Amino acid sequence: MSAVQPDGAFAIHTQALTKRFGTVAAVDRLDLDVRVGEILGLVGPDGAGKTTTLRMLAGVIAPTAGSATVLGFDVVGEGDRARRQVGYVAQRFSLYGDLTVEENIRFFAQVYGLRPSEWTTWADEILAFSGLAEFQKRLADDLSGGMRQKLALSCALIHRPHVLLLDEPTAGVDPVSRRDLWRILYRLQADGYTVLLSTAYLDEAERCHRVGFLGQGRLLAVGTPDTLRAQLPHTLVEITLALPTPDSLRRARDLARLASVTRGAQLFGDRLHVLVDSPADVEDVARQVASEVAIRQVAATPPTLEDVFLAARGAPEEGA
Amino acid sequence: MSAAQAVAVETVELTKRFGEFTAVDRVTFEVETGEVFGFLGPNGSGKTTTIRMLCGIIPPSSGSAQVLGLDVVRDSERIKHEIGYMSQKFALYNDLTVRENLSFYARVYGVSRAERGARIDAMLDRFDLTATHHTLVNDLPSGLRQRVAFAAAAIHQPSILFLDEPTAAVDPAARRGFWDMIYDTAASGTTVFVTTHYMDEAEYCHRLAFMSRGKLIAYDSPAAIRQSLGADMVEVDATPAAAALDALVGQPWVRAATLMGVRLHVMLQPGVPHERVREHLTSAGVTVASVEPATPALEDAFVTLMTGATAG
Amino acid sequence: MLERIRALMVKEFIQIVRDRRTLIIILVQPMMMLFLFGYAINTTVDHIPTVIADQVRDQRSRDFVRAVVNTGYFDVVGDVPDAGAARSTIDSGAAKVAFIIPPTFGADVLAGRPAQVQALIDGSDPNVAQTALLTANTLAQARGVQLLAESTGRSISSPLDLRPNILYNPGLQSANFMIPGLIGVILQIQAVLLTAFAVVRERERGTLEQLIVTPIRPTEMILGKLLPYVAIAFAQVGATLLIGTLWFGVPINGSLLLLMLLSLLFLIGALGMGLLISTVSRTQAQAMQTTMLTVMPAFIISGFMFPRESMPQAIRLLSYILPLTYFLEILRGIILKGIGLEYLYGQALALLIFAIVIAALSVIRFHKSLE
Repeated sequence: MSAVQPDGAFAIHTQALTKRFGTVAAVDRLDLDVRVGEILGLVGPDGAGKTTTLRMLAGVIAPTAGSATVLGFDVVGEGDRARRQVGYVAQRFSLYGDLTVEENIRFFAQVYGLRPSEWTTWADEILAFSGLAEFQKRLADDLSGGMRQKLALSCALIHRPHVLLLDEPTAGVDPVSRRDLWRILYRLQADGYTVLLSTAYLDEAERCHRVGFLGQGRLLAVGTPDTLRAQLPHTLVEITLALPTPDSLRRARDLARLASVTRGAQLFGDRLHVLVDSPADVEDVARQVASEVAIRQVAATPPTLEDVFLAARGAPEEGA
Repeated sequence: MSAAQAVAVETVELTKRFGEFTAVDRVTFEVETGEVFGFLGPNGSGKTTTIRMLCGIIPPSSGSAQVLGLDVVRDSERIKHEIGYMSQKFALYNDLTVRENLSFYARVYGVSRAERGARIDAMLDRFDLTATHHTLVNDLPSGLRQRVAFAAAAIHQPSILFLDEPTAAVDPAARRGFWDMIYDTAASGTTVFVTTHYMDEAEYCHRLAFMSRGKLIAYDSPAAIRQSLGADMVEVDATPAAAALDALVGQPWVRAATLMGVRLHVMLQPGVPHERVREHLTSAGVTVASVEPATPALEDAFVTLMTGATAG
Repeated sequence: MLERIRALMVKEFIQIVRDRRTLIIILVQPMMMLFLFGYAINTTVDHIPTVIADQVRDQRSRDFVRAVVNTGYFDVVGDVPDAGAARSTIDSGAAKVAFIIPPTFGADVLAGRPAQVQALIDGSDPNVAQTALLTANTLAQARGVQLLAESTGRSISSPLDLRPNILYNPGLQSANFMIPGLIGVILQIQAVLLTAFAVVRERERGTLEQLIVTPIRPTEMILGKLLPYVAIAFAQVGATLLIGTLWFGVPINGSLLLLMLLSLLFLIGALGMGLLISTVSRTQAQAMQTTMLTVMPAFIISGFMFPRESMPQAIRLLSYILPLTYFLEILRGIILKGIGLEYLYGQALALLIFAIVIAALSVIRFHKSLE
């Protein structure tokens, strides 16, 4: 199985793509390029505009302003042709729970107007590599969370799209099934498919080739996980206490926050992570904490994508 | 209740069966007073059933559990007075204001009229909610709702707080702020029992219990759980990565393998030399750039443990 | 314990006031039903549109037409030339009844032969058809006696003289019959629906789960959640009675206190029914469906609109397991007939049994559903 390589470098290209609901801009002048054959993850909290972006690209809703193309087809002007290129898996389980695995797939094949000769062998192939082959006769409602997502993905693949749009495909899926699902995505990618997915898990973003941080409808940063980490203009240190108790840890955190060079201090169990501007500031923070709480060790530690995301977004804001 | 009790929760062979199905299977663990205890596992692993037994909502089928020294079966009504519970749905009344919600729960828990006003004000102040106390919960962003739910669960100053997936669907910044609140609460002597299916969130806990299919498959501090996997984890840079993964999965000397972007994380069976990976991949026609030892993330640990549990 | 119930009640009232949907159900729906059933549903049929094909046009035929009009049941809306035209007027719906007086009418009367008048009646609405048929028959008999008298030249009176004396509702006002029944129907829908909604809403929202882990006991939860609706239901009974008396002129002939007491009994059963529905419904939409499923049959077979006497035996038996059946007899008995427990003890006992059984059943199921 292999997806046709289209002309042009970008599978998805958006320019100032905007969607307003009333006065709220859910997606705000988004410029995003997804290269052919890559897995790009849109990461951000609920309400950041991930779902709205995917729905516009899938042709479910129309943009308020700006433009977007999928494999060169404009999602508005050439909506039907753009849609033909796209396999979309919505966030909410959107299959028929009272139909079997097989019946769901057949239904979607018929919706796309495929003749049996066009899809039956392909369906067997999809079911085999998604591991659903032995569950063909089972009702979708009786599948586990992970298997349902595999079925949703299979249905989205039936018309041989070139681009997959997946809205939080791993939400509510256990870690083992999550890995299975990712393995399928990597195989599809290796066969030439382009995947644009959204996730609320920052640790999952590590699995994407490139990551786009979304916040309040805007693209805050985009790049590979490594380059994003390297761009973090801060240094992260991990401070281990000599005698970690809930009380001493809290005290250490509050002391670290008092230091003028501190950009953020966060407890992780019995460790304290402090974000400072430069390696030269590490000593200042350590001294501040050690003034009241005994420290065992101070060591630089690689930042997580969550650290990077929060820095990219600027000052922490209330809720939302 | 003696505040000096060293063990906040103690279960012995705790079991719950629903018909043929064993939701919780002979689970034994202890939660120390004042710690932040993480109870992890995928959906359907028995987390919620365990919490419901500990809160005295459903009786165990067999085994026993004590919360704050009280038996969950005999003293279930007394337990309800002593514990706070917050669910992932932030079970607040949307059409009530922040203050009305807190007031409702204060009354339900029998906080006396004389004390109620001051207690609510203190909570509003502590959780930075004073400015919004007359706002309907419906009109609050999820990060604030989460804080209101936490305040409501803690309004009667319980000795132990059960938080069921408290950080689902909130902003990363709000999530960090929320953990600050949890640590503050723990530092004031309240035990915090928190369930989550976010692996990265497990790092926040002092100690962890990991559930899979009703069984407890790990129970220790995050560092100790990571260390228990030893030096058998490698990070592999190979092209094509997907082919490398296919070549490794299913090998008897590989416990688990997964792709992280362009690199593979491979958990080997104990004692397998790291060079074996390079040899195997090269013979499979994959170009290997590097094989480096790596620190397993908690997720690596749990997937390894879970697949082990499945096989066993 | 009282404090916890109070807390629940206060919360419930605030929510009722703030929830537009609940408010509409409480305020608008009963009034809508009251005025709909008070006015629109009028089971008394009169002013039936009628056409006449008078093919004689003499004194006698005109007398007959005048007699038709004088009954008050027929409104002559037009004249048509013949039977064919009469039929097409009925087909078109412009008239529901046609009287055809054939050319031979005068001659037959004179000759002492039975004079024929044809009546075409639109039978698609049986109520209208029956009234028309009955009236036309009575009319024909009366006119027959008169014609006989005229032809024989002496006065004849009918050998049988019926003197009807209609009790309780001498004006045969539909409103007098409908409105007491409406109290039962409104209580039934409202209590079941509101209770089911109130509990299911908490389940949907996840707050029920939260309440379970608090010291609130299931019994307190039931009381705290249901008492506000008891108060609302009584306010509705009061309002319905008030509007019934002042606006529709329905007299209250019996004891108001007894009425309220027995309403409470009925209410307990209805609230229990709502609670029962809430235990099998996951969403408010489901609760609504189940409620309609249980309430609709009650409307039809309890005797609220249609007389139970004319129902088949099997359905009549079925109606005996509906509390509404008994409650309607009680309502009409007290309000219209002014009778008391001396006649209604059987119905009251039935309500009591229902209240106990349903309440017990619902409390048990509710306890189970919390686990």
